[in-house]
Amino acid sequence: MLKGHQSWLFENKPTILAEATVVGPFEGQGPLANDFDIIHGDLRMGQDSWEKAERTLMEEATKLAVENAGLTKEQINFFVGGDLMNQIISSSFAARTLAIPYIGIFGACSTSMESLAIAANLVNSRSAKYALSSASSHNASVEKQFRYPTEYGSQKPPTAQFTVTGAGASVIAQKGEGPYVTSATIGRIIDMGMTDPFNMGAAMAPAAVDTIQAHFRDFRIEPGHYDLIVTGDLSKVGYEIANDLFKKHHIPMQQTVYKDCGMMIYDYEKQMVQAGASGCACSAVVTYGHLLKKLRNRELNRILVVATGALLSPLSYQQGESIPCIAHAVSIESGVENT
Amino acid sequence: MANKKKKKLTPVQQEYQELAKKREPARPVVKNCFRAFIAGGTICLIGQAVQEMFVHWAGFTEKKASDPTVAVMILLSVILTSLGVYDKIAQWAGAGSAVPVTGFANSMASAALEHRSEGYVLGVGGKMFKLAGPVIVFGTVAAFIVGILHWIFNPAAVGGS
Repeated sequence: MLKGHQSWLFENKPTILAEATVVGPFEGQGPLANDFDIIHGDLRMGQDSWEKAERTLMEEATKLAVENAGLTKEQINFFVGGDLMNQIISSSFAARTLAIPYIGIFGACSTSMESLAIAANLVNSRSAKYALSSASSHNASVEKQFRYPTEYGSQKPPTAQFTVTGAGASVIAQKGEGPYVTSATIGRIIDMGMTDPFNMGAAMAPAAVDTIQAHFRDFRIEPGHYDLIVTGDLSKVGYEIANDLFKKHHIPMQQTVYKDCGMMIYDYEKQMVQAGASGCACSAVVTYGHLLKKLRNRELNRILVVATGALLSPLSYQQGESIPCIAHAVSIESGVENT
Repeated sequence: MANKKKKKLTPVQQEYQELAKKREPARPVVKNCFRAFIAGGTICLIGQAVQEMFVHWAGFTEKKASDPTVAVMILLSVILTSLGVYDKIAQWAGAGSAVPVTGFANSMASAALEHRSEGYVLGVGGKMFKLAGPVIVFGTVAAFIVGILHWIFNPAAVGGS
């Protein structure tokens, strides 16, 4: 149901029946290692190209999510997925393997929540019994497509972010014990004229703030409504800017806990990741791996995940275009009645 | 140029960019220069040692020893690249590992490795010069311009007399 200007209220309480996360070796050395279902020791996942490796990640995550839900893939009505590759090949090729009717989407790193919002909406409106949502990214395939060859020796500035290798998937159902997807706010494109692809956090921060503001306005709530608000992959630089912007726009974020997924997945002391993490998988594996566990064991009751995406292409960047950014927010509740 | 670009931005964008600039950690230029100096110097020192070996043990003249020396340095760089070490060194060393011939070899080897999956002809052959190509093109252009200037201001030198 439309709420306000750009938000959906899911009054039928679509449930996240099960979820799964698959990550690469570098993520497996980070502080959230225990929250992931599969950790690969080999960055190539036994494949002969980075692209196939990424596809493997998504295939494993989606299959495991369906398995964890106690379903077979024939029971899933729609698969909503996306990734960072040109023409979203990782998702489309994974969808070929799955043979589930497929809606391919591109929202750069916001794909994780965009896919969840669409899947939840499909289930909520009774257009699907079961929907599968997934997002993936692979550090090396992204480096290859957007930056330099992976083994090329270029020095990254302190604002650069490290793309997460991984995939997260969830199965949404009409009935279940929760956690429930309760609402979503679809963001609009915000472009502040930033042009540095090595400083994505600063480019994306205004989009995150805009969507969060729209979410509070549409539902007439305040940040205190949530136990935790997380942004997708702003990392250190973007996180600080977002905090500045909250202050500037008088959004009382002190009522809640505000974190960024990009700052949770790696150990800054031990792992050389500059500003932090990024990529579709960043918010996907932190949400599906780490945060949903906390919702399931009631450590958290109500969270808002705001996945941020930088919608640039290597071509647009080389032609001197600025970086258009977007953010989509999805709220997830543990299922405990309001107290 | 920078001002002209800024003028196209709306006031809101300009205001935001100023705010963002304050939160942007600066590149540690002094530290990077120091590291580049150490790393670049070390690579040159290794190169010098290799050259000395060719002179003293293989009977090359100092001038002739430079060719095999460059070949050895390129080989070392390609081996380190394929072992996945060179990019780690480069994050520390910056320009120190990019400027010497080893950096040039790294740019070609890394591109060749990366695009191997697209086949030998269009992948390796076509994309090997993705990063090294501009260096060759503009190096040649620069050499051409310098050559012309040299000819204009000192024609005698070209004539060989």
